[in-house]
Amino acid sequence: MSGLLAILGKDLRIELRAWRSLAPMALFSATVFVIFRFALDRERLEGGIAAGVLVTTLLFASLLAINRIFISEREEGGFDLIRLSPCDPSMMFLAKTAALTIYLILLELIAVPLFALFFLDSAEALPALAPVLVLAALGLAAVGALISTIATMSSARDLLAPLLLLPLSIPLVIAAAGAASPVLEAGGPGFERYGTWLAVLGLYDVIFCAIGFAVFDYLLDE
Amino acid sequence: MSLPAQSDTAGGSPAPALILDGLRRDFGDRPGLPPVDATVAAGETLAVLGPNGSGKSTLLRILAGLLRPSHGAARVLDAEIPKETWKIRGRVGYLGHEPLLYRDLSARENLAFAARLHGLDDAEAKIERLLGDAALEAVAERRVIELSAGLTQRVAACRAVLHDPDLLVLDEPEANLDDESRERLEKIFSRSGRTRVIASHDRDRLRSISDQTLELG
Repeated sequence: MSGLLAILGKDLRIELRAWRSLAPMALFSATVFVIFRFALDRERLEGGIAAGVLVTTLLFASLLAINRIFISEREEGGFDLIRLSPCDPSMMFLAKTAALTIYLILLELIAVPLFALFFLDSAEALPALAPVLVLAALGLAAVGALISTIATMSSARDLLAPLLLLPLSIPLVIAAAGAASPVLEAGGPGFERYGTWLAVLGLYDVIFCAIGFAVFDYLLDE
Repeated sequence: MSLPAQSDTAGGSPAPALILDGLRRDFGDRPGLPPVDATVAAGETLAVLGPNGSGKSTLLRILAGLLRPSHGAARVLDAEIPKETWKIRGRVGYLGHEPLLYRDLSARENLAFAARLHGLDDAEAKIERLLGDAALEAVAERRVIELSAGLTQRVAACRAVLHDPDLLVLDEPEANLDDESRERLEKIFSRSGRTRVIASHDRDRLRSISDQTLELG
């Protein structure tokens, strides 16, 4: 646990100094909302379209952080450092998942109010969106950390991460959009199958956290 | 192939810290390390000599548990490599061509991070003492990216010995260093009783501090 907290603390400290992940993600999200606003030529979105725009924007923005999450470990020797220490290497996977989850939740705190400003009549739906977005952030972080580990070991990491991540994130996108869609309906939030989709998101999170934790040590072994 | 455990070694002489038997590493079709045989007693220093590309760094990474050998057997600190690599985690200090330091963290933060990974007690006192030994107090709060190559190497040396390892694996540790820095690092690296494997191009200096030499290439 000490190793997990050490790696997480180190990553957050470096991010606070350099803003290499959060700032590009926030900027990207804002830009995509502007593009959707003009491309759809609509001032208000609702239901499935609103959920789709929000979830896919967050997914693509997350790629920026996911691509970067292991770069310092690869280029500055973090993988060697952990293998020289008695710390369980899987702690690095958990720390990276936690760091990505924090980045994505912070992104959501910036991007969702912007989304409401661009596309919603009121902020009434936002509280019900919170559990959906937190579970989606954890799922994206877990699958992102797993895929980023595989991609980092390859010379084609910039290509490999999105190619592997996007298909694997389809169940998460379906569940998150499924839960968010009734919440964003016109005339106030609805909760049809809301709980079911939240359970699917939770299951997705558990599965990818468990897979990543189990295989991370093997992925590090050259 | 299996090598005898340390406890099986008979006689009054110190038990070997390293036993290498036909240890070899290939990278695809290209040989990275020719077959190597050596036995190093605990507390001894092994000098690894050879031209560029002879496999010095490959051998050192295998001994540190960072690379798997392709053939042969190795016993490091009584652990069979690579099957029991987990046993030597935390017992080897490694200084390679890369300093293994985060550029956006200060020298002190890097050492504190390494100390937490190793679960060290009294880390602050150890870090303070090492920073003093390496004459790094004045630059301890500077980010590594702001340090010269020589200062970075000194921080990396502190990182390598911070957890007081039983085996120190040093790959050209004196590269980028002036004479004063060399003397300081030699003092840091030379704790009695510690086994050392050192690779370098500086034959005369290495021969003067080693108990045996291994010539590659």
